[in-house]
Amino acid sequence: MAPFKIVQASDTAVPVKCWSCAVAQNESTLFCSTCSKVQPPLRMDYFQVFQLPRILRLDVDVLEKEFYRLSRKLHPDRYARATESEREWSLADTALVNDAYRTLQDPIRRTEYLLKLEGESIGEEHSGKVSNSRASRVPSDLLEEVFELNMQLDELREGDASLRSDVEAAGQKFEAMLDELDSKLEAEWARWDEGDATARSTAQKQMVALLDRRRYLDNLLRDVKKVLGA
Amino acid sequence: MSEGRVVGIDLGTTNSLVAYMQGDTPVVIPGVDGSNLVPSVVALDPVPADGSRPTVTVGNTARKSLIQHPERAIYSVKRLMGRGVSEVQAELKFFPFRLADDVDATNLNEVPRIQLGEMRFTPPEISAYILRQLKRNAERFFGAPVTQAVITVPAYFNDAQRQATKDAGRMAGLEVLRLVNEPTAAALAYGLDRKKEGVIAVYDLGGGTFDISILKLKDGIFEVLSTNGDTHLGGDDIDNLLVAIALDEIRTEHNVDLRSHADAVQALRKSAIDAKITLSSKDAASFDMELPNGERYQREIPRAVYEQLIAPVLERTAGPCKQAMADANLEPADISEVVLVGGSTRIPAVQRLVDQLFNLTARGKKPHTELNPDEVVALGAAVQADILAGSAKATEDLLLLDVTPLSLGIEALGGVVAKIIPRNSTIPASATEHFTTGVEGQTNVAIHVLQGEREMAKDCRSLARFDLKGIPPMSAGLPRIEVKFLIDADGILRVTAREQRSGQESQIEVKPTYGLTDEQVESMILDSFDHAEEDFAKRLLIEARLEAETILAAVEKAPKHPAWQLLTDDERLTIDALKSVVQILLAGEDVNALRAGTVSLDQATRRFAELMMEDAVSSAIRGKTMDAAGDELGKEINAPHPMAAAEFK
Repeated sequence: MAPFKIVQASDTAVPVKCWSCAVAQNESTLFCSTCSKVQPPLRMDYFQVFQLPRILRLDVDVLEKEFYRLSRKLHPDRYARATESEREWSLADTALVNDAYRTLQDPIRRTEYLLKLEGESIGEEHSGKVSNSRASRVPSDLLEEVFELNMQLDELREGDASLRSDVEAAGQKFEAMLDELDSKLEAEWARWDEGDATARSTAQKQMVALLDRRRYLDNLLRDVKKVLGA
Repeated sequence: MSEGRVVGIDLGTTNSLVAYMQGDTPVVIPGVDGSNLVPSVVALDPVPADGSRPTVTVGNTARKSLIQHPERAIYSVKRLMGRGVSEVQAELKFFPFRLADDVDATNLNEVPRIQLGEMRFTPPEISAYILRQLKRNAERFFGAPVTQAVITVPAYFNDAQRQATKDAGRMAGLEVLRLVNEPTAAALAYGLDRKKEGVIAVYDLGGGTFDISILKLKDGIFEVLSTNGDTHLGGDDIDNLLVAIALDEIRTEHNVDLRSHADAVQALRKSAIDAKITLSSKDAASFDMELPNGERYQREIPRAVYEQLIAPVLERTAGPCKQAMADANLEPADISEVVLVGGSTRIPAVQRLVDQLFNLTARGKKPHTELNPDEVVALGAAVQADILAGSAKATEDLLLLDVTPLSLGIEALGGVVAKIIPRNSTIPASATEHFTTGVEGQTNVAIHVLQGEREMAKDCRSLARFDLKGIPPMSAGLPRIEVKFLIDADGILRVTAREQRSGQESQIEVKPTYGLTDEQVESMILDSFDHAEEDFAKRLLIEARLEAETILAAVEKAPKHPAWQLLTDDERLTIDALKSVVQILLAGEDVNALRAGTVSLDQATRRFAELMMEDAVSSAIRGKTMDAAGDELGKEINAPHPMAAAEFK
């Protein structure tokens, strides 16, 4: 299964006129800058929806404000008694704004999304019918520890409570690894946002690797919590 | 585009209400009997002597049938909405739902049909009768047709339950502009004052459903952060517990199995509800009822015993509350206000549990109960109706951003669910997935859409299973089919698919169904009269004629009554003159003139009606005479007869 390809901005950013008041729109927009009416949906990426460059460090309070502003203009509640086309456009545009906000609001989802835009194949657990096997591969340096932890988890599941403290300790260790990884990721975000093309390309590769490892640790910790919680 | 009023409807498990915005205040519209609550009970009257279709009654009238003719009445039908025959089996143990027996055993998702007397109805049809009653109450109140509504649903309702509710609206002649989640509606009613900011939790324990929603209020935006719940948990479960215990005790102590006496079970149920209500304010309540064998079942239930008994039911609300906080990434300390909704939140033990879950007392806080917990959802629905109508100043800055309660997924290899829209995503929400073929020349791809949180497809609710057909034959893996999943603002899913590689873009649209097709819904529309305005005018004329005919029939018989002789000559002459006028107007089509004539005739006969009643009382056969009068006056709930009003003055 091929990853979700987003159509680039240059493919669609053609000057358009508002269907209602016929004033030309100077950029791809979801509602008319003059009469505020909802416009037919455009193929935009999530950064374009919020008129943002592809950067990774975002002020989520500003993002929220913009999300509320767009929602007030576009939400289907504002078009409940409008024409059928306006209702359909409002539905499609609002879904796009919501999807974009949901993705950009969360730093990890935001990073995964940006990397996909940049052509990386990010391993979701399953994408459609084909699963990406890279995500479930054990990082080589963790092989031994993970093997032991999985054994302990199995025994704990079967009721051997004596291993509980071992598993808890392992959980804490992996938790710490995750924290360390997150600070590395933050450093890469800065490199991406501020660096030149070469720096960006290095950051991009680093982030793909970090996210793979992160997803792995995340799943492992989820299993630990599940077993300890039960 | 109709510019009439949009009403807000709370279609509840136990009671239903209709409300509207009066200026900037939401107000509940009472029924003909003056009551704000319409019990969600539907009954089928006995078949008339002429064999014509029996009348369906709703609300308090129907509730009487519940004890007299339990086989002709149904309550709590909301529990069956959008559920297949196989899913409702558990309900049958506790509710006297009689399903039609010709169920197709091979089709587990078949829509159950309920036997009421001689007829069968699907759950959306039963709900449609309740909605129609509310619609009529509103039309009576406004004196104008009402065709658009906002209907509330439990936040935790799935796609099928929502679709079934929307269909019920359509059957009742209502365009459902929006389905609103009940706790969100309650938050709207409370937060109408736009100065309110902060994070609030709405704890909604109703008759049959439990919801918890956490919202952020900011600048007039009501953003739902998370929601959770149980669509089969509520006051009904407490009633069932009490009934089950009483049934057991009656069997062991009195050797009577009441289960075979439907009417006695209903009477017992009523006592259980009374006991439950008493126990919210008193330290004990008691059962006292006569058994079919003449013995009496008497039992006192102390509050402490009761609370111990219901603790497991109430405890089931704790998990969803904790999950909702976890999903919103919040601790109890982050919740600034808690709002209590639903009749069951009157139970002190529920209030204590809420206090503990959100750590309220310790933080010097109290849950909000200022608005009547039975009405607050309908009031909020009216606010949302006003927002949608889009013309009012009071609500122009308000906007509700709700979420989908359950994750949406598709079945991947090995029966695993691949989540494509996570729960608590703001709606409308969408996701696009690409599919391809696995075999050379394959022209169909099967897609299975699911809703739920479990990992395996078999443990989630199946929403739709469909084949993308007509894919041009190509090598395996070459076709590229883009499937877009869109959850709309009602929380209902739409799926569109496109094959992109073949160049011939074909697009299909799939609507998941819970068992009723569009055509079936169309055929179940209750009353075509309810559609257009000209039909409304026709109905008004028919109703006005009925009223006129009924009073004329009564006036015709009047001279035979002894009270007639007590009238003055003038009075008798006026009545006769007006009678002729009404007879003439009856032949015409002028609704207003006919109504005016009928009202005048009513006023002229008012003293006669009073005399008739005095006579009835003095001859101590009041009941009989009143009944006899009632027969003449007709039973149409929408058209209380003018003479009836005079009688009770």
